[in-house]
Parts: sequence; C-alpha cells; structure tokens
Amino acid sequence: MSTDPEKTLRYHDMGGLEAGPVDLSEHDYALWEKRVDALMVLSTSRGLFTVDGLRRAIEDMGPDAYETMSYYERWIYSVNRNLIEAGAYTADELAARLQAVAARGADYATCSLAEPGDA
Amino acid sequence: MPHDHADHSHDHEHHHEGMSPSGHPYRKDQDGPLTHWQAMEIAVRELLVEKGIFTPAEISAAIGRMDARSPADGARVVARAWTDPAYKARLMADGSAAAAELGCTVDALKLVVVENTADTHNVVVCTLCSCYPRNLLGLPPDWYKNRAYRSRVVREPRKVLGEFGLDLPDTTRVRVHDSTADMRYIVLPLRPDGTEGWSAEQLAALVTRDSMIGVGVASAPA
Amino acid sequence: MPETAVRVKTWPSHGLHVRTPRYLRGKCGVIERDLGSFPNPEELAYGLPGTPPRRLVRVRFTMAEVWGAAAENPADTLDAEIYEHWLEPVEG
Repeated sequence: MSTDPEKTLRYHDMGGLEAGPVDLSEHDYALWEKRVDALMVLSTSRGLFTVDGLRRAIEDMGPDAYETMSYYERWIYSVNRNLIEAGAYTADELAARLQAVAARGADYATCSLAEPGDA
Repeated sequence: MPHDHADHSHDHEHHHEGMSPSGHPYRKDQDGPLTHWQAMEIAVRELLVEKGIFTPAEISAAIGRMDARSPADGARVVARAWTDPAYKARLMADGSAAAAELGCTVDALKLVVVENTADTHNVVVCTLCSCYPRNLLGLPPDWYKNRAYRSRVVREPRKVLGEFGLDLPDTTRVRVHDSTADMRYIVLPLRPDGTEGWSAEQLAALVTRDSMIGVGVASAPA
Repeated sequence: MPETAVRVKTWPSHGLHVRTPRYLRGKCGVIERDLGSFPNPEELAYGLPGTPPRRLVRVRFTMAEVWGAAAENPADTLDAEIYEHWLEPVEG
C-alpha cells in the first residue's frame, strides 16, 4: 500500500481511478441506517457540526474503512466523533451506554429500546 | 436494463417473501446479531435524547420526511417543465426556487438543473462523497455511492452509461457534472416523442429516477 | 465571471479536508457560472466558522484537458464546483 498521504488518507477522492463494472443491484435501507441519517440531519440542524465535519472524519478513516465498512457504518462513526468533539456527551458516557446497549440482547430490535412503531 | 423502481406500483399486499414493499431485498444486517455500529447508533441516539438535544418524535419525523421523498417529486418538476415554458425558464434560472413552487424544498443547498437536448446528454456524479438531490429523488441507489460509478463516470462516461443500457452516438456531447461542493443537480431529460398533448400528470409517469441522474432517459410512451 | 479561463491550483492537501478533487488539479477550464459565496468548507470541517465566505464557481473542462490522449471523447466536458481560492488566472 502506498505511504503517500495524498493516496492513503485521501482515498475518498477517487475520480478517474481504475475500477470494475458498476454493480446495479440495490437494497432498501434498514431502520438503523435511516436512524443514522436522521441523527446526522438533526445534529446539523441543531448546529452541533456540519456536513463538512461529517465528511472530514470519514475521509480520515483511510482506505480500510471504505473497503470493510458500509456507508452508514462510516456515517455513525463520524457522527459520534463529531458529537464528542462538539461536547454533546463525553467518551465515558458513550462507553457506558455502549456496554448497556449490548447487554440488552442479541439483535438490533431487542437492543434498541424504541418502540417498533417509532419510525 | 437499469433497475429503476420509480415507476413500479407499490403493492403492499402481495410483496415477495423477504422483499420490501418496493421489491428490493432488505439489507442482511437488519435481523442479524447486533453489530458494533448498530450499538453505536442506539447509544448515540439515546444520549442525545437524554441530553434534550432532540426527541424520539423528532427522529421519527426526520425518517418520515426521508421516506416521503421519492423520484416522483423530481418527476413532477420535470413534467411541469416539459409542459410550461415559463416554469422551465424559472427552473433553469433558479432550480431551488422553482422546485419550491412545487413543494420540494432544497434547504440551504442550491439546485442546478442541467438540460438534455437533441445533441447533449448530461450525467451527475459526486466523486468525493455521494452528494445527491435527495430532496427531489429520495435516498440514492447503492451504485451512486460506490467506487465503480464515482471513479469511472468522470473518465469514461460513455462506457459507464453503456453498462446502464444507454448507448450514445459520438455526435452527442456528454457533459459530466461532479457535485464537488454546495450545489445539487438533476438532469432535465428530453421529453419522449409521441407525447404531444399529454398532461403533466401523464408525463410524470415517464420520468424515471435514472433519467434525472442522467444514466437513463425518460420512458417511451407505452 | 463567466467565460474566464482559470487553472486549478496544485496545492497538496495532505490529510486536510478539501472539496477540490485531485483529478482536476493543475487543469485549465472556463468558468461556466458564478454560484455566489459560501462558508469555507475547509474550515467548517474542523468546527471553525468558515469565514470569510468564499466565492464558488462552476468550471467547465474538456475531457481532452482532463485526461489528455486517454480521453474517451475529447470534446465531452466535465463541470465541477471549485472555490475561488483554489483557482488561478491563466495567463495570455
């Protein structure tokens, strides 16, 4: 892998690079993905950070994140990072809540306390 | 042919096993074991609600707005432009204001409408991330966000369009639009032949999502 | 202003957030339209106010200019939004 920071850290900047055929398959977004999107929209509408901040933290994740994580996985990583930078909550609060969430059960529906009809 | 669900009827009573009402598979991780990033979404959401930054109802409303937007919104704009020259002039001069006339708000961003003609074809991409006119077209298809489309369409647009089933003659000028900053783009496709006298409502049914991204053209009348 | 010939600067961006794609750096194009002023995204990305706002323009490049002999069709065009501080005049 290149050690040129222009090529590694700027992996998102892919215009003109080689790539295979376009995969035309599509999927419908899962509820948790839509919630990530909503968290982003509402956070920016409250002035906590900007779409530029979202992009910046994603870009800084480097090439591996693009190859191994899905679109909204990268988003929630970045939303969280920007919210901590903005002082919305602390890293300690997040760590404690992540543990509590995982202790609730085995799947997303069980661990998410919101009512099914919530969205 | 590109899979474009803009013109599917949404039959909620007869959808296939494991398929969503729009006929797409749900993403696999919907029902699998909780992932770290799903847990992160739950944790972040709960913390923000507890801090009073927003309420669960506001999150639901944001998702509701997301779900309510679809290529049908963009299609109404296009069909109006096809049938109302004064509207088309306003649309080309200030896309955001003209879209707002039809109830489509483009927020702080600005909408630029690029017009296909007999000898010009436009196609839209965002090479740096995946900027998309979601207020007019809903959430983007997967391929719009993926590496193959983003990297290649600025360099070999004709070859990429060919993969969508759109083969353009050499005499057609291709204009690629890279949404690098604060604009959002939709293509005003060519009005199909054989639609003289059609109403805007009839015409809107011919306007596919892909034709407004520029990877397709409007449907021919049946 | 529209019709003005410009060149995209070749500043390195070494890990910084910028909205000027690499494939256009050093390329010459013509301003297609003026889009007005926007807060500077290179500052907004780091929680800074983005002042002063920067003028944003759409620049039209030919595929021949961007890709040289490798262009798929030299007369096809590529339009991108570029902030003014990334543009320099083309002499002559």
